[in-house]
Amino acid sequence: MPDLKFRARFPLLTLIVERLLLSLMLLLAVSVLIFGGVEALPGDFASTYLGQSATPQAIANISAELGLDKPVVSRYFSWLGGALQGDFGTSWASRNSVSEQVGRRLGNSLFLAGFAAVIAVPLAIGLGMLSVHFRNRMPDKIINVISLAAISLPEFFIGYLLILYFAVNFGIATFPATVYESMGLLERLKAIALPTATLVLVVLAHMMRMTRAAILSVMSSAYMETAELKGLSAGRAIIKHAAPNALAPIINVVALNLAYLVVGVVVVEVVFVYPGMGQYMVDAVTVRDMPVVQACGLIFAAVYILLNMLADILAIVANPRLRHPR
Amino acid sequence: MSDFTKYLAGRVTAGGMNRREFMGRSMAAGLTLAAASQLFDTSANAQQPKKGGHLKLGLEGGAATDSIDPAKATSQVMFTAVRTWGDTLVETHPQTRAPLPSLAESWAPSPDATVWTFKIRKGVKFHDGKDMTTDDVVATLKRHSDSKTESGAAGVLKSIKSIENKGGDLVVTLVSGNADLPQIFTDYHLVIQPDGGVDKPTAGIGTGPYKVTSFEPGVRMTFEKNANDWRSDRGFVQTVEMITMNDATARIAALSSGQVNFINRVDPKTVSLLKRSPNVELLTTAGGGHYVFIMHCDKAPFDNNDLRMALKYAIDREEMVKRILGGYGKVGNDFPINDTYALFPEGIEQRTYDPEKAKFHFKKSGHSGSVLLRTSEVAFPGAVDASVLFQQSAKKAGIDIEIKREPGDGYWSNVWNVQPFSASYWGSRATQDQFYSGAYLSTADWNDTRFKNEKFDKLLISARGELDERKRKDMYREMAVMVRDEGGTILPMFNDFVNGATKQVKGYVNDIGNDMSNGYLASRVWLDA
Repeated sequence: MPDLKFRARFPLLTLIVERLLLSLMLLLAVSVLIFGGVEALPGDFASTYLGQSATPQAIANISAELGLDKPVVSRYFSWLGGALQGDFGTSWASRNSVSEQVGRRLGNSLFLAGFAAVIAVPLAIGLGMLSVHFRNRMPDKIINVISLAAISLPEFFIGYLLILYFAVNFGIATFPATVYESMGLLERLKAIALPTATLVLVVLAHMMRMTRAAILSVMSSAYMETAELKGLSAGRAIIKHAAPNALAPIINVVALNLAYLVVGVVVVEVVFVYPGMGQYMVDAVTVRDMPVVQACGLIFAAVYILLNMLADILAIVANPRLRHPR
Repeated sequence: MSDFTKYLAGRVTAGGMNRREFMGRSMAAGLTLAAASQLFDTSANAQQPKKGGHLKLGLEGGAATDSIDPAKATSQVMFTAVRTWGDTLVETHPQTRAPLPSLAESWAPSPDATVWTFKIRKGVKFHDGKDMTTDDVVATLKRHSDSKTESGAAGVLKSIKSIENKGGDLVVTLVSGNADLPQIFTDYHLVIQPDGGVDKPTAGIGTGPYKVTSFEPGVRMTFEKNANDWRSDRGFVQTVEMITMNDATARIAALSSGQVNFINRVDPKTVSLLKRSPNVELLTTAGGGHYVFIMHCDKAPFDNNDLRMALKYAIDREEMVKRILGGYGKVGNDFPINDTYALFPEGIEQRTYDPEKAKFHFKKSGHSGSVLLRTSEVAFPGAVDASVLFQQSAKKAGIDIEIKREPGDGYWSNVWNVQPFSASYWGSRATQDQFYSGAYLSTADWNDTRFKNEKFDKLLISARGELDERKRKDMYREMAVMVRDEGGTILPMFNDFVNGATKQVKGYVNDIGNDMSNGYLASRVWLDA
């Protein structure tokens, strides 16, 4: 069978194509879910948006202009038609292009997440290795206690502590962390110092503990003992035998945390007054601004799916054994 | 010194009035020549407003969904923003709420108050350099009141029959007489835009003291001084920056670290902490906003006035003001008007917590079992705590209140104005007429207590067209007593506006009209170096 042959010859490529197709279907399903979810929420856009100053006439006018009086299914498909052509429509509330606004907010979110990741990932893995090296000795214990303490505190509390000491008491950090278009890179970096520090503290422990556990479990396995017994040098043993097996779980945890940094940091955004995607979506859900909610939801889903896919692919690349499932 | 003279003195201090004008108006208000002269000198020397500087505000109540179109301005941030870049036809006096000229120089009603003629100020330019004309005014008012309107001001403009430009004057004809039309035109949605903003509602171009320089909804808005401003008594700082900060703690941190000059909505629970900060000043203003527990007068068991009375006597107002507002507020008397309104009916007996009377009415009502109160954190700040306090004080009167905590999301569409007994809040309105017409008239859109009383409706309509203030005040008194003794509103407290500023900020005017100096904050204050 040629199909099988192709699969056997390019296992990685096949996998990527399969995953991509699956992701598209997942995204479609997500868009239906979000649309249905917002539809099911009590209250429509016009009355929620105008609040106590609304009159029935104004509500009817807004609904008619936005086509809210049409049936749900036809509204979904007209939205989908636009989205497939890359047009996410305009926000019902601000009447601005969703793509443009989302682009700016997503840029902000990625900027913050990116910087947090650049610091947190090497730090976590480095600390994990350190604590393996000093296993059950003082440095290991200190690293563990501090990182566990950081993960045990809710993220908003860490944020408030940092604000209290570095912005209010010592006055050395910038607060609020609001970034805007006309801001220079250096200014931006200064503005995000505190939220970055908060995020690093929040995600550090998870990745660090996983690194430590993965390396420890591999190091105590039989084949590492064999490698040592057959006279391989420590470095060779780690690179050839230990690393490929330990990498997969580490990559997975890193990917999960990266996804969290992009889509799960609403609270940190609120505390530091940072204009990211999370806050944008919450604002939109509050007034049932469907085009914005849809766009945000899809982007969040896409980020999760892509990062998970990337993690799987990297794990397979790192460890050839996974390429041939039994 | 009377409030009005105080206000005039403030205008002098703010640089907006010369000696001649001040003397004339003060003496008209009953001050002697010598006294007025002396007052002018002290006011003029006390605090000269400093020009220039960058004013940074950290404000609650903005969202990514904000629109710069004044018709859609609902959030706190957009309310202040609109006041900063635009002007309405009429302004209100900060202490008495009497109408003052703005883009309209003067006005006069027909004897039955159905036809109003407004003289429109000449020589005022929009930010884009075009002259502001009566046609712009007509177009603006039409956009907010015609049948296609999507405006938040549509409700207050309902009674307008026609809007015309007659020989350069604005002539407004009403369906029925309304003595409050000038006050209605102070509504912040009604800022005058070029061509009424019909083509470009979101251009952000007006006649205000500041021009919009950038706008990111829910993030930040910046302004710069309008060099061609038609008034010289406002707009002292060079640039203004409004940052949306919806987190209460973030606002306090930003203010106490001096990174913003002003914040709104200080949580009464944290006021004491903020007071400890040496460079911070607390700015509190009485307002007409209030927190309520509302009962539907037409649904059992609340269709029984004795049960309503029992619950009104079973609430401890003093304690609520102390615990929920941290003392920053005043007790309510079960009608929605307080002394921040013109023609406030004085001398109506204050209802107090009286378990005995509550017991008496409860027994008389014949109701047995508990009553279900629905509440939520979003109903008003501290609503859940207030409901529990209510439950405790009612218990002592033998009334069992069962509390159901509802989710915040959807509270305004599922619970408020739907369920028979719930917690809620109201903001202030420009006049008593506006308030009663919006929430107590039988046919009102938001009659959230289902208070339907023919006599009340008739009084409201006739008071609206009454130009004699004495007669009008008596009518409002009668209406207040009706709502207090027969209505479905339990009104324990009026909340103050609590804001905070760094000590650099000078010239803040306590304006009873609305929060943040009635939205004029940015144009009224200056920064002392």
